[in-house]
Amino acid sequence: MLLRHTSKEVKEREGLTINPAKTCQPIGAMYAALGIHGCLPHSHGSQGCCSYHRSTLTRHYKEPVMAATSSFTEGASVFGGQANLLAAIETIFSVYEPDIIAVHSTCLSETIGDDLQQITRKAKDDGKVPEGKHVIFASTPSFIGSHVTGYANMVAGIAAQFPVSTGLKKNQYNIIAGWMEPSDMREVKRLSKELGVKIVLFPDTSDVLDAPQTGKHVFYPKGGTTIAELQSAGDSLASLALGPISAEPAAIALEKGCKVPFETLDIPIGLSATDRFIMALSKVASVQVPDEITAERGRLVDVMADMEQYLYGKRVALFGDPDQLFPLTEFLLDLNMKPVHIVSGTPGQRFEKQMRQLLDERSPETNFRNGLQADMFLLHQWMKNEPVDLLIGNTYGKYMARDEDVPFIRFGFPILDRIGHSYFPSVGYGGGLRLVEKILNALMDRQDRDALEEKFELVM
Amino acid sequence: MEANIHFPDPSKVREELIQRYPAKVAKKRAKSIIVNDPQLIPEVQANVRTVPGIITQRGCSYAGCKGVVLGPTRDIVNIVHGPIGCSFYAWLTRRNQTRTESLMDANYIPYCFSTDMQEENVVFGGEKKLKVAIQEAYDLFHPKSIAIFSTCPVGLIGDDVHAASKEMREKFGDCNVFGFSCEGYRGVSQSAGHHIANNGVFKHMVGRDNTPSVGKYKLNLLGEYNIGGDAFEIERIFEKCGITLVASFSGNSTVSQIENAHTADLNVILCHRSINYMGDMMETKYGIPWMKVNFVGAESTAKSLRKIAEYFGDEELKAKVEEVIAEETPRVKAVIDEILPRTTGKTAMLFVGGSRAHHYQDLFAELGMTTVAAGYEFAHRDDYEGRHVLPSIKIDADSKNIEELKVLPDPELFNPRKTEAELDALKEKGLEINGYEGMMKQMTKKSLVVDDLSHYESEKLIEIYKPDIFCAGIKEKYVVQKMGIPLKQLHSYDYGGPYTGFEGAVNFYKDIDRMVNNPVWKLIKAPWEKAGNGAGLAASYVTQ
Ligand code: SF4
Ligand code: SF4
Repeated sequence: MLLRHTSKEVKEREGLTINPAKTCQPIGAMYAALGIHGCLPHSHGSQGCCSYHRSTLTRHYKEPVMAATSSFTEGASVFGGQANLLAAIETIFSVYEPDIIAVHSTCLSETIGDDLQQITRKAKDDGKVPEGKHVIFASTPSFIGSHVTGYANMVAGIAAQFPVSTGLKKNQYNIIAGWMEPSDMREVKRLSKELGVKIVLFPDTSDVLDAPQTGKHVFYPKGGTTIAELQSAGDSLASLALGPISAEPAAIALEKGCKVPFETLDIPIGLSATDRFIMALSKVASVQVPDEITAERGRLVDVMADMEQYLYGKRVALFGDPDQLFPLTEFLLDLNMKPVHIVSGTPGQRFEKQMRQLLDERSPETNFRNGLQADMFLLHQWMKNEPVDLLIGNTYGKYMARDEDVPFIRFGFPILDRIGHSYFPSVGYGGGLRLVEKILNALMDRQDRDALEEKFELVM
Repeated sequence: MEANIHFPDPSKVREELIQRYPAKVAKKRAKSIIVNDPQLIPEVQANVRTVPGIITQRGCSYAGCKGVVLGPTRDIVNIVHGPIGCSFYAWLTRRNQTRTESLMDANYIPYCFSTDMQEENVVFGGEKKLKVAIQEAYDLFHPKSIAIFSTCPVGLIGDDVHAASKEMREKFGDCNVFGFSCEGYRGVSQSAGHHIANNGVFKHMVGRDNTPSVGKYKLNLLGEYNIGGDAFEIERIFEKCGITLVASFSGNSTVSQIENAHTADLNVILCHRSINYMGDMMETKYGIPWMKVNFVGAESTAKSLRKIAEYFGDEELKAKVEEVIAEETPRVKAVIDEILPRTTGKTAMLFVGGSRAHHYQDLFAELGMTTVAAGYEFAHRDDYEGRHVLPSIKIDADSKNIEELKVLPDPELFNPRKTEAELDALKEKGLEINGYEGMMKQMTKKSLVVDDLSHYESEKLIEIYKPDIFCAGIKEKYVVQKMGIPLKQLHSYDYGGPYTGFEGAVNFYKDIDRMVNNPVWKLIKAPWEKAGNGAGLAASYVTQ
């Protein structure tokens, strides 16, 4: 037993988090900044945070993840980090030549009270930012929220600092990506193209964190939203924010700055959320949904119908991030499965409400908790009390899955031990199909493994 | 020894590495980029601050303390006091394996504990929450020990983790609670955290259990963290030789081993950087000498075993060690003989850690490969140049704030295992007693030594030298591989290993052979790219 000290009896905790179902803000900010073309993320704090964030993103993507750090030492911690950041900006522009430096704070610089707005302005005033180059920032203290908050803050920072409203509207729409994989962002672009809607997608990590092997390391890979695209986002007709927690703050910033109206949607994971996305996009842009998309949808529904007997009533435990968990839970319900336990370390009443509403309507007996102490230890205890047929979550779930001998599907962040998430989307109808395939494989492999010899089936 | 590999003009390389830097940065970096001469051993600037903005390999002192030194001991509940991230990232990512004797034994390594500090804890102080967390950990698990690790914000808001630990320790009575002020901003790298960890383990753990350990040849293994099962292989060899391992610092270790460590008669040190403080302190307090060994590489393993036998000076042990070496060697030889023709003459670069960039050169030498450039991520000058430079190392502001424990001989337990004369005689025989000669003495003339290599420098080095393999960590892995050069991770071993001892050598030979000769590196260009694309293809079709 790997988690042999996890007892069945649930006791409320107030101080100790065990096996967290979240991590800290800056890693989200770093990920978001990588979705801007020519951008180097910069971690304003001690070296350790930056090193950890880069390592974790690298393990998740098996791709280069470049980011710089202010390398605080004790002196900087006492006297403030301004000198470090100014020096860093100078060094970065001369050595690594990015178009943009996206600075995020860390717990340390937040605790000291460094003002990123003031320091980055000073860098410009002091001539440390070359002509045509940019330094943007987002405040990302980890003692608030989670990695999802950090992502949202950086995307909002991008939305507040680049788009300009020229007064001339462009026939295009912004799609603000919530925390999604590069594959998902690519799929959102494909779907929009199918619909014939011109979009500006940001951030966009496709062609950045799934870069091809060419024999050359391209420091700033071909992908990422460009500065020109970002600037033009201020003239778009409307924005769709995919993810109430991870994307909406950017839509709000854009509305505030450039008066671009917005609508917030869920990340299009599963059938219903994808339906809402396609409907919203076709409505806002007044376009007809092409037959090809209807057919894609049909293929998903077809599989759901054909394989329903293997899905019905299967009990699922899941953990992860709000903007994924909500549509995923909804999808499981559409599949006639039973979400039994759900945790997310990311706090927030909005998510809690959204989830409660869904569950009250369709699965009132589900255990659900988010925020402090809503961790994998609690989830594991719940699983010991009310066993499940399937576990869905990031790589850390494999320890619980092994101990409880439960089939396990990797979904979310981080996935440190498998590939695929960056290449094959889980959004859209195709993504839904991929999820169903994964779920069926996990459940049916288990059925095959456990079947008595006389009950072993050839055709299923 | 001069390698028969052609080196580019090293002084020109140096110029190229620093040319893009702003003047001040270039001046600083130049002192850390040194052309080696094993006879003279030039000075290398090491253990100094990384320039802000430079993309560095380095991490923080918390990583060195909690991640490296304390992490591998399985029955301590390690609570990270701070916001969630620091604890999350150090959760199971270092691959320090552990093996309990039974399912009943404590093993907290798969768990991640954090106080998950919130804004109000930062504003009003987090000590109260910390104490609640310690209480909850105690109530849930009843561990032998609970260790508390401070992260950056904790030091700034002034939480006293030591006072909180003491209070809880006294309250529990049967659980040893102690804290580490290993905030990430201390020192300039993981190295500060090693030192802080050594101090804490020495103060709070070593010497708590005076039960005499049993065995004829009793030693502790220091600076071995059981990545990929390295310690398991060393344990296997020790057992075969009849050597008793009292405690390991800290791969595959337990609290009670460490508490009893001072009853051993020798400390052997693998990773000098992370644990030499412990060796020195135990020598002063208990009279246990330490000796530098290396179990990376088959020949190095044999050599180290012989040194250990020589130290104990016992003919029976010497004979046993020879027997074990004779028994293990043939299978190693069979593998290397088969592989050697495919690896001989190839080149390697190693930029990693505080000892591995040195130790793994032995394995590459066994593979017939030359190390053209190497450097550490967080070592000090003594790891490069040898311990004789210690008195000349300047103590700067960043080192000054890391406590040096004042250690005195223990009035009861101090018992010199060897007399001065005996130690001198052993040193005469080439044993590195209380000493370490460093990396540079072993490296060829004109090879390049670079401390705290930056991303920019690594790309330049690869462009210039085109090594057959590059060794570093996860952050460098895919960058280098995108350049078409295999990268061997020497922190995590690319999830392979063990690489120590005889079995480890065999594993490493095979892995390197596989990596440098993998057909994938020849598949990078598409056939149409090789054929000149477009026009070329069409033309040949027409003419056929
Ligand atoms: S200090 Fe804060 S930002 Fe840094 S790793 Fe820890 S939680 Fe994350
Ligand atoms: S906050 Fe400090 S202790 Fe935590 S990872 Fe960052 S540098 Fe290390």
